[in-house]
Amino acid sequence: MTILLMLVQIIVLFVLVMLHVAYATYFERKIIGHMQVRLGPMQVGWHGLLQPIADGIKSFFKEDIIPEQADRPTFMAAPIICLVAMMTSLAVLPFAKGWVLADINIGLLFIFAMSSLASYGVVLAGWASNSKFSFLGGLRSMAQVISYEIAMGLSLVGVMLMSGSLNLTQIVEAQGNSILGMYLLPQCIGFFVFFISMLAETNRVPFDLPEAETELVSGYCTEYSGMRYAIFFMAEYIGMMVMAAIGTVCFLGGWNGPFAVPFFPPLWFLLKIYLFMFIFIWIRATLPRYRYDQLMDLGWKLLIPLALVNIVVTACLKAMIG
Amino acid sequence: MTPPLKQTLEIPVADGEAERYSLRMGPQHPATHGVLRVDLELDGETIIECKPQVGYLHRGFEKLAENRTYSQALILTDRLDYIAAMANNVGYCLAVEKLLAISVPLRAQYIRTLVCEMSRLCSHLLWLATHALDIGAMTVFLYCFREREILLDLFEELCGARLTFSYPRIGGVRQDVTSYFIDELQRFLDIFPSRIAEYETLIDTNRIWLKRTVGVGVVSGDQALALGLTGACLRGSGVDYDLRKHQPYDAYDQVEFEVPLGSDGDIYARYRCRMEEMHQSVHIIQQCIDQLPPGPIIGLDAPDLVMPNKVPARIEAGSSTYGTGLIRLIRDRDLYLSGDIYVATEVPKGELGFYFISDGNNRPYRMHIRSPSFIHIGALATIAKGEMLADLIANIGSLDVVLGESDR
Repeated sequence: MTILLMLVQIIVLFVLVMLHVAYATYFERKIIGHMQVRLGPMQVGWHGLLQPIADGIKSFFKEDIIPEQADRPTFMAAPIICLVAMMTSLAVLPFAKGWVLADINIGLLFIFAMSSLASYGVVLAGWASNSKFSFLGGLRSMAQVISYEIAMGLSLVGVMLMSGSLNLTQIVEAQGNSILGMYLLPQCIGFFVFFISMLAETNRVPFDLPEAETELVSGYCTEYSGMRYAIFFMAEYIGMMVMAAIGTVCFLGGWNGPFAVPFFPPLWFLLKIYLFMFIFIWIRATLPRYRYDQLMDLGWKLLIPLALVNIVVTACLKAMIG
Repeated sequence: MTPPLKQTLEIPVADGEAERYSLRMGPQHPATHGVLRVDLELDGETIIECKPQVGYLHRGFEKLAENRTYSQALILTDRLDYIAAMANNVGYCLAVEKLLAISVPLRAQYIRTLVCEMSRLCSHLLWLATHALDIGAMTVFLYCFREREILLDLFEELCGARLTFSYPRIGGVRQDVTSYFIDELQRFLDIFPSRIAEYETLIDTNRIWLKRTVGVGVVSGDQALALGLTGACLRGSGVDYDLRKHQPYDAYDQVEFEVPLGSDGDIYARYRCRMEEMHQSVHIIQQCIDQLPPGPIIGLDAPDLVMPNKVPARIEAGSSTYGTGLIRLIRDRDLYLSGDIYVATEVPKGELGFYFISDGNNRPYRMHIRSPSFIHIGALATIAKGEMLADLIANIGSLDVVLGESDR
């Protein structure tokens, strides 16, 4: 019975997340459209509301092209690795008190592990395509994800120190006593580092080097088409939402809000995630792209030292106060 | 049929002669501005060698012109730099006028100056749009197109075409400007400087933009001269050379404007030069509108180069009776002078020169086009060497090349 219940919960979560992915692309196109003095999708449905569904059907029925000289098994596995890794991270996210599929004690580490695994998908995609642009994209992605994973991990150490836990639910609950019910102010350096690493980790502008369309055509997914390409796309958007969720849980106080919502406890959590997503899109419409070496400079010379300073300061303060 | 052998990528291991990673960018690539192919030898992402390959858009204009009368060859110049076709038309007409010693009425000169500068704005807007897009700033792209649309609408109002105008004629221009055109242009001029400021707020103060452009793709003044760079690429390196100022044609000696100069010769300096040029263009257009004199728009001594209304259904072989203007063109050989001539104009991309050899016929014996894009692409090899792959894209954008003009 419990297994059945679990299964239902998983399916509900899966469907909801997929719906969010579909409409995240819609809102991205709409928001960027309006920021760029145009309208975005308008044709399918009222104000283009059915556009994501049309896109989904289109990519589902498209021909699945596998290049002649590609490494077939790896080529086919790569997008699935990406998607599975990203979907798995959803299991440990606490949407509200008790609204979590797997309340494990190493939730934060688990998410890190999964997001590192997802980068394997990208690297393997670049490798297996046997295309020069894909290969360069894959290499860039590898270097980028490794560098920024470190910065991001270090930026969250401050949060772990303050809350004394790796369990995401307990991290949220520990924030109840601090200012505004969130770690944003005490951990402002950590948040700064986290936010920038988050953009890099999800390959978003201004760190979208692995898929820089003006340099590498489309980077690691140059050779992908149809549904396989769509799976990469979904993985990217789920990645954005997972990162937004970590940001919400660790710095913005998770499901806690100014007042409790009676029937739908995850409301504040969702609103905070939407805010993050909006910022992702806003940045995409505004900023140019970094160069590869500048990206590495920023990661290793600025973000990692800052994160280390944050750890030391947090630890000292905690030792003095506590 | 045997299946193709399965090949795997050769992975570069270390820096050395054997481990280079060769990459062919283009001709189908989103950022090579048309059909440019660049053969790259990479060490990681650093460019060891860069060989631009052109010719994918070769249509043989120089040869085609040999079989066309001077007036017919005008339409070929539309297809050179199709982003600023008006400037090419004017350059061509000036060259032919000098060859045939035809004078242009003052009003036509002003109108030509005006449309040339509008063309420059069009070209610079498209340059800024694509350059920003290459570096990743997507929004500037659409903002620039918003203003470019107004200009194209104005061109449409003026001559009916939005891309290939053929509006200037040998000895003048085709149609007179309407008052509606002038009013709309004035409205555009009033808002445009604020729009330039809008682009600048988006990218000029942006740290990432500065990091990507300052100190990248540096060309010193001497180097730029040696490479044959012209236009904003040369002025960005601090060399004061602008044909509009130093060999004025049309009404450029009647209007006041400054030649913006850079000093560092990097991508940012070229960018600043072009942005300032846009302000100067607005200034020039404003003066042209204010000073526009009355009078004819095509010279009285311009040869009868207009197309005939009616072409005879059949021309007898060996017949010596010519009826229409088109046929008369073939007969009236005494209109044309023998000799050679080179006339250069300052088009948005740089110095566009037309070199004619005339044997007294009504067609050029030889027409050569000195196209700035071709020479700028040649300079790419020197500039991009030793820089990163991403800088190559920024450099192509910054040199402002158009493949239609380069390949001719």
